[in-house]
Amino acid sequence: MKHLRSIDELGLDGLTGLLQLTDHMAEINQRPVPKVPALRGRTVASLFFEDSTRTRLSFETAAKRLSADTMTFNVSTSSVNKGESLRDTVATITDMGVDAFVVRHKSVGIPWQISQWTTASIINAGDGAHQHPTQALVDCYTIREATHAQSFAGMKIAIVGDIKHSRVARSNIQAFSLLGAKVTLVAPPTLLPPDVSHWPVTVAHKLDEVVSQTDVLYMLRLQSERMAQGHVPTLREYSEQYGLTHKRVLALKSDAIVMHPGPMNRGVEMQIDPSDVKNSLIHRQVANGVSVRMAVLFELLGSGSNLGGQA
Amino acid sequence: MSKSASINSSREAMTAADVSRAIVRIAHEIVERNHGVEGLAIVGLQRGGVWIAEAITEQINKIETSVAVPVGALDVSLHRDDIGLRPVSLGAISNIPFDLSGATVVLVDDVLYTGRTVRAAMEGLNNYGRPRAVQLAVLVDRGHRELPIRPDFVGKNLPTHNKDEVSATAAGVFVAPHSEVGK
Repeated sequence: MKHLRSIDELGLDGLTGLLQLTDHMAEINQRPVPKVPALRGRTVASLFFEDSTRTRLSFETAAKRLSADTMTFNVSTSSVNKGESLRDTVATITDMGVDAFVVRHKSVGIPWQISQWTTASIINAGDGAHQHPTQALVDCYTIREATHAQSFAGMKIAIVGDIKHSRVARSNIQAFSLLGAKVTLVAPPTLLPPDVSHWPVTVAHKLDEVVSQTDVLYMLRLQSERMAQGHVPTLREYSEQYGLTHKRVLALKSDAIVMHPGPMNRGVEMQIDPSDVKNSLIHRQVANGVSVRMAVLFELLGSGSNLGGQA
Repeated sequence: MSKSASINSSREAMTAADVSRAIVRIAHEIVERNHGVEGLAIVGLQRGGVWIAEAITEQINKIETSVAVPVGALDVSLHRDDIGLRPVSLGAISNIPFDLSGATVVLVDDVLYTGRTVRAAMEGLNNYGRPRAVQLAVLVDRGHRELPIRPDFVGKNLPTHNKDEVSATAAGVFVAPHSEVGK
């Protein structure tokens, strides 16, 4: 595997292979000294044109725990402000000797574009509203860890909120479906893409009708600027209809799981403290983020899977 | 290192009974060398060394019943020095649920060959604490070392051609001569 740009590109075998590799990385992270020399001499550059806390930090931690060197590109203090183009920026960093770029950009398709300009591996850490494959891997791994299920066959997963603008939703719909889960999208029509008929999902508009039947309740962040764009009338109304309230927590199945990719909007989609939810996996999602990204970096840079000539 | 060879085309170097006698002897030697089992921990290398480590530990715990000697398993894939040179196949997951700081650790593997696995294992052990001492037990020493590594406890010294394939299981130790390999 050379790049990780989308879940499609990964496929079912790639997905399950990475989840198994993550088990090894999780064991390393529990050692008193959680560091192995596997990627000694490799360099990973993070190229974030959008803000990030957990994705960027977990990639950097993952690289360091595999003994790779890291370079962090900070757009606000870079020559991009002097008008340097993306292509020249990538070429400049490539010339310094980089084995992988971790890329986040507001425009769809940038990771594919960049992979034309460099010989390094490209990892998509979020491109517009398109894909965020490592988040989907984290979420699949977290569900697998909690349920001990190798396949998600028969599992009912509801993704709630702003589907339209969410790359997390798009990657997760693909990944959950590949593993066999039945995915339901719960959102007002204004926060759904115009046509989801070709997606492997069912659609509901009322959270209360779904909440008692779901095994995994996946809450998405509502970006506050969406209100200004007229997608929701008021935050309060959105939160009444689609937020996780005490009443809805009580309606959940006793073993249902609650997840959120972060950052949370407390008082909007999360009306309650997630620590009040018995089966909240939000902290596991963050903890597993490092292990999953170690697996991705090792698969691309160290496993030698490219040596056999396969893509 | 110990890829399973076809038993038909290979030479039997140790029978199943030889293997179990060697394991009993190694267990006694470990106890004798360390003057008991205080602070002793056994760690098998994934995958071929794990069953031997477990068998040795079972014997040791029969010989000395004062303290139960713990046994763990270590996968060295991510500590190897040939990462990037050949495809990595990860073994089973490491499992060392005890602190190795101050312990005398006996590493156990099936076949000692170049010594590179043992080097990787010695590095990996330090992730779990700083052992007081590390010793090495192997069922078969087949020679062809590429590093300055020498075993402390050996089931059998077995001269081989460096292209032979040696397999060591509870059913016995078999050598597939290099001319047979790949047939």
